[in-house]
Amino acid sequence: MIKITGLSKSFGELEVLKDISLDVEKGKVIVVIGPSGSGKTTMLRCLNLLETPSGGSIAISNKSIDFTQKVSKKEVTEFRKLTGMVFQGYNLFPHKTALQNVMEGPVIVKKEDKEKARKKAEQLLAKVGLADKLDFYPYQLSGGQQQRVGIARALAMEPEVMLFDEPTSALDPELVGEVLKVMKDLAREGMTMIVVTHEMKFAREVADEILFMDGGYIVEKATPEEFFSNPKEDRTKRFLQLLQ
Amino acid sequence: MFLNNIFTDPEQLQRYTDIATSSLLPLLKGAFLYSLPLAIVSFIIGLVLAVLTALARLSSVKIFQIIARVYVSIIRGTPLLVQLFIIFYGLPNISTEHLTIDPVPAAIIGFSLNVGAYASEIVRASISSISKGQWEAGYSIGMTYGQNLKRIILPQAARVSLPPLSNTFISLIKDTSLAALILVTEMFRKAQEIASTNYEFLLLYSEVALLYWLICFPLSIVQQRLEDRFSRHLLK
Repeated sequence: MIKITGLSKSFGELEVLKDISLDVEKGKVIVVIGPSGSGKTTMLRCLNLLETPSGGSIAISNKSIDFTQKVSKKEVTEFRKLTGMVFQGYNLFPHKTALQNVMEGPVIVKKEDKEKARKKAEQLLAKVGLADKLDFYPYQLSGGQQQRVGIARALAMEPEVMLFDEPTSALDPELVGEVLKVMKDLAREGMTMIVVTHEMKFAREVADEILFMDGGYIVEKATPEEFFSNPKEDRTKRFLQLLQ
Repeated sequence: MFLNNIFTDPEQLQRYTDIATSSLLPLLKGAFLYSLPLAIVSFIIGLVLAVLTALARLSSVKIFQIIARVYVSIIRGTPLLVQLFIIFYGLPNISTEHLTIDPVPAAIIGFSLNVGAYASEIVRASISSISKGQWEAGYSIGMTYGQNLKRIILPQAARVSLPPLSNTFISLIKDTSLAALILVTEMFRKAQEIASTNYEFLLLYSEVALLYWLICFPLSIVQQRLEDRFSRHLLK
């Protein structure tokens, strides 16, 4: 479903991703953890081409891009339709209501019929528990509510993979739960998800596989049980120590 | 002596009042037939130029950047009056047949180019002020650069640009007085013409100044209303 091969990314002199290769099966939930600067967010952003990798290739579903060649804008836009992203800072469109935020993609990008898009958007917002907040602007919503709108907005484009970039890191602790619940429901429904997070409990409960990244490499990859009880690499052990 | 006359000589006061009232209509005609239309048309064209220039400056294509920078540098580095003179008096030197432009079109060209350059800096700053996350959110749902700009970025940038652009428009209304020097019969030129017949310079120029102020003052109220309307979606 997702095949990353030899991915690398440098920002000028700084090599942030060194040689990333990863296979993700459909329906799996991959949680990526690691210290700051490890490249985990960069890797995620390479998957929807918000960053352009310096080398390697990415294949999602039936589309693939080889970064040793020049990549056209059209290729990029088409590739992005396969993924949906949820941002740490929510990034909702402040001049649009919750409903309009969710409808924007289907109507403008997919050119769907407005009424159909509206109905689907209402369903999605109900799914994330915001049926009564359709006409509210982002400034009228709490952080947790905004993030749930963000999830609905990404889901509206019917992506093959959902990418989560530290979705709860900017939330007050009491609001984290409502967002994690939506993510758990999504996982249970079989969505392929790649989640960068510090929420270890979530990782233990929901992840099929945990990736530990450090210094631009994937250092260790294991199931949650294996990962937390029997980490193999020293760096992994040291990082887990810090979390105690 | 002027002020002395008003307060001590009723005949003089009457004369001043007569001049003021009889000049009012010609001045207002100058304002509504020339000054205001000139300002409005030039502002609209200038705004289009400004957005294009701002986008060129922000683009990754080097040649667009260079053209934009040169354009803005030339306009900002030379006096508006000189620009108007070059267009109206100077171009015919190159070709009297093809490059002689009438006063009003010449004024529109001059003011549009001028507004375009100054306003492009305002537009560029407004667009840049919108956080990168907004662009990324648009891209992440599959938008192109054009869709992102039109649906997400420009609507938000418009709000930010409102105060400085209102400033630009109000300045432009006053700058239209310079068109008098390239023979456009707008309000200030009318004042000059009338004053040259009766020599009451202080009276006429004060009257026209008052009229400019009376035109500009409501505009700042309009600006406030527009700002309120554009910020409806924000926490106040």
